[in-house]
Amino acid sequence: MRHHRTIRWLGLGLAVLGLLALPTVVFATGLGSEGGGGAFNAFGTIPLIIFIPVAGLLVNLLWGKDLGEGGVGFVASAASAGAFVIALLQFFSLLANEFHAATVPFLDWIVIGELNIPWAFQIDTLSVTMMLVVTGVGTLIHIYAVGYMHGDVRHNGDPARFPRFFVYLNLFLAAMLILVTANNYLMLFVGWEGVGVCSFLLIGFWFEKGEKNVGNARAARKAFVANRVGDWAMLLAMFLIFWNFGSLTFDVVFAKVSALSVETTAGLLTAITILLLIGATGKSAQVPLYVWLPDAMAGPTPVSALIHAATMVTAGIYLITRSNVLFALAPLSQNAVAWVGAITAIFAATMAVAQFDIKKVLAYSTISQLGFMIAAVGLGGYVAGMFHLITHAFFKALLFLGSGSVIHAMEHGMHALHAHEHAHGGGGHGGHDDHDAHGHDDAHAGHDAHPHFDPQDMRNMGGLWNKLPVTKWVYLIGAIALAGIFPFAGFWSKDEILLDAFNHNPGIYAVLTIAAGFTAFYMGRQIFMVFFGKARTPEAKHAGESPAIMLIPLIVLAVLSVAGGALNLPTIAGWSPPGAHALTDWLGHTISAAEGGHATEDAGHETTGDGHDTATEGHETTTDEHGAATTGEHSTGFPLGQLSFPIAIFSTVVALGAIALAALLYQNAPATVQDEDPLRGILAAIFDVLNQKWKVDEIYEALILRPFDDLAWFLAEIVDWRFWHDWFHDVFIGQNFRIGSRLLAEGMDLGFVDAMANGLAGLAQRIGGLFRSLQSGYVRGYALAVFFGVVAIVGYFWYTFTVGK
Amino acid sequence: MTTIPTSWYVILSAILFLIGVTGVLTRRNAILMFMSVELMLNSANLVFVAFARQFMELSGQIFVFFVMTVAAAEVAVGLALIVTIFRTKHSISMDEINQLKG
Repeated sequence: MRHHRTIRWLGLGLAVLGLLALPTVVFATGLGSEGGGGAFNAFGTIPLIIFIPVAGLLVNLLWGKDLGEGGVGFVASAASAGAFVIALLQFFSLLANEFHAATVPFLDWIVIGELNIPWAFQIDTLSVTMMLVVTGVGTLIHIYAVGYMHGDVRHNGDPARFPRFFVYLNLFLAAMLILVTANNYLMLFVGWEGVGVCSFLLIGFWFEKGEKNVGNARAARKAFVANRVGDWAMLLAMFLIFWNFGSLTFDVVFAKVSALSVETTAGLLTAITILLLIGATGKSAQVPLYVWLPDAMAGPTPVSALIHAATMVTAGIYLITRSNVLFALAPLSQNAVAWVGAITAIFAATMAVAQFDIKKVLAYSTISQLGFMIAAVGLGGYVAGMFHLITHAFFKALLFLGSGSVIHAMEHGMHALHAHEHAHGGGGHGGHDDHDAHGHDDAHAGHDAHPHFDPQDMRNMGGLWNKLPVTKWVYLIGAIALAGIFPFAGFWSKDEILLDAFNHNPGIYAVLTIAAGFTAFYMGRQIFMVFFGKARTPEAKHAGESPAIMLIPLIVLAVLSVAGGALNLPTIAGWSPPGAHALTDWLGHTISAAEGGHATEDAGHETTGDGHDTATEGHETTTDEHGAATTGEHSTGFPLGQLSFPIAIFSTVVALGAIALAALLYQNAPATVQDEDPLRGILAAIFDVLNQKWKVDEIYEALILRPFDDLAWFLAEIVDWRFWHDWFHDVFIGQNFRIGSRLLAEGMDLGFVDAMANGLAGLAQRIGGLFRSLQSGYVRGYALAVFFGVVAIVGYFWYTFTVGK
Repeated sequence: MTTIPTSWYVILSAILFLIGVTGVLTRRNAILMFMSVELMLNSANLVFVAFARQFMELSGQIFVFFVMTVAAAEVAVGLALIVTIFRTKHSISMDEINQLKG
């Protein structure tokens, strides 16, 4: 025990020391860009954006048990807030530095021959945007999670697991920030993998729960494996990049690439960018690798909000935006990206209209909105995509946290009801549970004998408008923002994407508009099912509002969802609202999309400060942030940067119409859970297919997973065990070896060598016997021998003396 | 008077020698074997004397004395041996004295 305590003191001391030492070192050695000497320059503090969350997670890891829930939550939220402060410092530094990018080297990581991959931080407008979104929304979610997890760990029966959640959240934050601040593909990949790991850890937070007590773990694994497929493609892309350009650093690669031309490099760059697209597909849940995201809803709601709505899933869009130089020279890939995004958008939207779980609707909505973003960047509308990324982060986080609040309210109702029942001797309560992979069901079944009640099933809700005074408003705001109704944030960002689509590819425009219609419909459906009508179950009747610590982040996010459009307002009929094109200008400093090498209107934003200023007005009518070549179609249609009334009005009409349809079907929603969904009444079997997610999971299971399992079983059991081990080793090699050795042992050794030795011995024996026979002890025999000897000698003498001579 | 040629003596000696040898080789009785050995020795004596007479050398005749002495000694020892053997084996058949058999 003493050792344990010592280690923890040591760890805390190290964390604090590191925290204090780092800025000192950084400032002292003057790390940072060559920005103006007197201007505000906090670039050197950028490593802290990683290390503050790391310090936070270390503190919670070592001291979490002693700090209590409030302490743990405070530390984690403070770490996140600290990172946000650092991000703000970078923002102001960029402002002071006239938006010139800065690279802050931190340490040399891999230096092998030609390969030089440092850990350096890239601070430009794009990465600062991501940093602000990640840390800002992240901090709000941390604060929310303190309140949410307080209830969740008790609902699931393991209060001691509270600190672990915040350790993982801070770890995620650190990894995501590594991703967005990387200055080379490999560091980005480190962060990429890191967020994948954290996603796995957080989805499977309640690892022993879920369907058959393994559902959550399975969902976590599914997320990881689906991501991995994307990672494989991304690695291949990185290999190709390094092989052909000799470096993985963004600046170096992009400079080399822009010196090339479309004709000479089409094949290579197409290959690289398609692989990057597949990587983004995995991380950002596009077709065909999106299947993990709905299952990821098994994780606690703050996880869904942070990772699967606001940050991790946006990494794919960030990657493509960052690599815009590569995509500009591969028109085929851009087309592919746009279509992948569009198809995902509509495909997911169709699935969302038929889901019953409140979080699943939002999950498919996320996939759909990510499709919008991917389509936008595929069309060359990088700013539009990033704008939607930001506003989506706001309102989707809001919706997820709001749904968490609703679920929390339902659980509150459940507990209140059970307390009631236990006090009154029990009674029946019905509950339907059609969906799997929830963290809550089995825990509930664990503590009493009532059948499963799913607090996340919208069919169990209803009439919550009167029960949740704050949640209802923020949720409504989020839903309206998502549906894209003027003047909420979603309207502006979605409108910009639609405008880009209309200009570049009317087909995609049509698809996206239909998807937007679906979006409005399913959000309307959700609002009506959850909040309006009559409460369908006793639990809903007893629902209670969430505590302030959960509501305040919701309110902040709601404000952002309303006002977020101000980030990039277009000019409206010639009138420029204050702060118009703010984001376009801001991001334009980094995304001089693929213009390098091509004749452009605004060349080299980063190098000519004054060139930027004079071209400000030009932004409204030129296509500066759009790639030189997208689908080869002319940039006709509506001018960018201006609100185009036809498109805006059409999309608003579509959205309102969809909401009206939802109201028609669901306003007087069926009063009990056993009633069929009204949409099912119209669509019948189609509804079931949509509810079953187009059976995609089953298709994957049949086409890929089952054959893979079978193949694996075949290889392991048949090939490895039965053939290789049992037959080849034991029978073939074993027996032949035995036969061989028997041949040698008996045939050679015994048969030949021993025979020879024995033969020799036998010979000696026989000769000896022969001589022995002379020793007969028989005197007369000896006498005879003497006689023969004498005869021989006499004969010899006779011969010599008479016959010779 | 015609002298008997020396060669007749030598041939006679040879015949006696051969008879002696045959006797040694074929007799089972040890005493008879000794008798045959005596015969062989005496044949040698005869040759000595014959050649002494031919060359009118006395040394030949003297040598006969030596041979006789040796023969006598040998017989004495031999007979003593036979007596001793008889005491243990109660037989003087040469075939039964084969303890030196290897």
